[in-house]
Amino acid sequence: MTMLSITGVHAFYGHIEALRGVDVEVKHGEIVTLIGANGAGKSTLLMTICGNPRAAKGRIVFDGEDISAKPTHEIIRSGIAQAPEGRRIFPHMTVMENLLMGAITSEPRYLDEDLEKVFALFPILKERREQRGGTLSGGEQQMLAIARALMSRPRLLLLDEPSLGLAPMLVKQIFSVIKAINAEQNVTVFLVEQNAYHALRLAHRGYVMANGRILMSGTGKELLANEEIRSAYLEGARDTKGRRS
Amino acid sequence: MAATPAIKPFDFPDMFKEAGAAAIVVFALAFAMVGFRTEPVPGGLGITLRFADVAMASVIAFAGRIALILLREGRPFPVLLTTLPFAVILGALLLADQALASENGSGFEPVLPFSSPVVNWMIVIVAAVFAGRAAWAVRHARSTVTAEEREATMDRIGARVQQVARYAGPLLIGFALVLPFLPIADRRLLDIAILVVTYIMLGWGLNIVVGLAGLLDLGYVAFYAVGAYSYALLAQYFDMGFWVCLPFAGIMAAFAGILLGFPVLGLRGDYLAIVTLGFGEMVRIILLNWYKFTKGPDGISGIPRPSFFGLPFTRYPAEGTVSFHGFFGLTYTPLDRIIFLYYLILALALATNVFTLRIRKLPVGRAWEALREDETACRALGINPRNTKLTAFSIGAMFAGFGGSFFATRQGFISPESFTFIESAVILAIVVLGGMGSQIGVVLAAILLIGMPEFFRELHQFRMLAFGAAMVLIMVWRPAGLLAHREPTLRLSATKRLAKAVP
Repeated sequence: MTMLSITGVHAFYGHIEALRGVDVEVKHGEIVTLIGANGAGKSTLLMTICGNPRAAKGRIVFDGEDISAKPTHEIIRSGIAQAPEGRRIFPHMTVMENLLMGAITSEPRYLDEDLEKVFALFPILKERREQRGGTLSGGEQQMLAIARALMSRPRLLLLDEPSLGLAPMLVKQIFSVIKAINAEQNVTVFLVEQNAYHALRLAHRGYVMANGRILMSGTGKELLANEEIRSAYLEGARDTKGRRS
Repeated sequence: MAATPAIKPFDFPDMFKEAGAAAIVVFALAFAMVGFRTEPVPGGLGITLRFADVAMASVIAFAGRIALILLREGRPFPVLLTTLPFAVILGALLLADQALASENGSGFEPVLPFSSPVVNWMIVIVAAVFAGRAAWAVRHARSTVTAEEREATMDRIGARVQQVARYAGPLLIGFALVLPFLPIADRRLLDIAILVVTYIMLGWGLNIVVGLAGLLDLGYVAFYAVGAYSYALLAQYFDMGFWVCLPFAGIMAAFAGILLGFPVLGLRGDYLAIVTLGFGEMVRIILLNWYKFTKGPDGISGIPRPSFFGLPFTRYPAEGTVSFHGFFGLTYTPLDRIIFLYYLILALALATNVFTLRIRKLPVGRAWEALREDETACRALGINPRNTKLTAFSIGAMFAGFGGSFFATRQGFISPESFTFIESAVILAIVVLGGMGSQIGVVLAAILLIGMPEFFRELHQFRMLAFGAAMVLIMVWRPAGLLAHREPTLRLSATKRLAKAVP
């Protein structure tokens, strides 16, 4: 059953058309990944789902409801959570306060249960819960960003490059946590990544994006096996237009 | 003493060139502004020439610049050797001069040509500051403390102060409670204390807006005015008492806050500051020009004094009523009313403080702080930024309204004069100087900025100058404020309970 369907979406930053007719579908219980080079429009798509920038054309339907005209905070309240690009945790607030901020839209009676869940996923955050967010390491900040997003009890979790700038060990850890979130907590995940190899191995399905359009889609395994994708995104080679992957 | 570091070759001509340039700038500025002074003489205006002052100012600028350059280049020794004796000798001369003047009516020949003793003293102070900096530099050979380390140290001091504040706070409140009954408490001290506490309350109120929610509000005095006029007008037209009007004044001010906030809170930073600045002026100008309603520049007089649960503070109560001293069987003193006013504002201020401390621990207060840190992230968490800001704005305004109606009842007379931009600036300065978000910082800053000038009334001309200097120094050395340190709203004891169930 479809949870999120994006059809023919265009979006602009000023005069620049960042999305040029994007179609993406995310089904219940899936992990779907969106890969592509820098500037392909991946983050823009994620932001457009949240209504900033708005879709100039096309429809974004979440659980049968058109959300493309809703303000951001209402979209979030309808069950979508986002771990935004660059983590954007609150640096002067403690880990605990950051998590409570994440829970601000959910009912207080779930608080203890949800804290328990995210501390089980990220035990390090429990140790660090009195520490200010800004003093955490990059990996811990990323964990905090994901944990904070989970605190709102989302049905759909949007992740923007969670592996960015992390050591290989941590990347593995983060990806296994994403898998656990999806499998154990029944949260659908839409994952934007540059780390195509890890993302495609993890995801049920994937989309490849370039220049604001979807080039290709398929199951994670299919895309991993695809020659074009291997050469463009997996082996650090250059694609036909000479852009670095 | 540490070994002198290797001395770089030093460019003396360059130094004199730079100092000369500074002196020329001072000369050019001072020539017109200081050199000619218009004075009323019989039959019109006369001009006094003060070229000696101009020359002196240029020389001082030259010497001071050289001292600065030497300090910058890491040669504090000559600076210390010249400025210290200079400051000591000049200070001693000035003191002796003052002593002589008070005895004989006239001192020496003027030590320095400046006509104002304050300028003389400022030269001494500047020289002393140079000497102090030079001494500091000599001791540390070369300062190895980076800006970050200093910032970290200051943050630790801020944290320490706030730790102390947890114990010192009740002590301070205790002191504030017994203050009127201490032997030092006379009318003047109590008046100053009332003023200081008023500003502490306003500072705490603005701290909600600026310190917690991070909205730069330059028109806070508008809500103060709304509160004051609400009470004054309700009392005048409907004959309502203080206690009935107090909540009304708060509500009116909060309403004004919503009215202003709704259209403009989409703006960020500087833009919001400018709009609030404009709003503050608008309110004042409306009060000034709506003559029929507000009596314009004449103001409203005869605003009723507050009563003690219906008992007025009058020597001879009206027929059929009992006054405060009569009811409690005390002898009448006019100080009773002052003490009552003092406790009234103290209670209002403490209520503001308690409210702020409590709301920080609630989701809405936490959302304010999060908005200050990262609005985009807040949106991504499902917070409606406008409504959240609006609550902060209107609650801050409400406390200004309470403060305003207290002001009206204390003064008995209000006019738009009392609500100029400078009041907004002073309240904002208290918040910024104290450290945004720091409650104890506001207290310190209010005592510093309001109490000190009241005790040194003679120097009131230099108040704004000192203000400016203090602001510049704060911005240079401690941009976040004196005691800026964010105290977490949750402590381990609280988080333990929340996370107890985790294995």
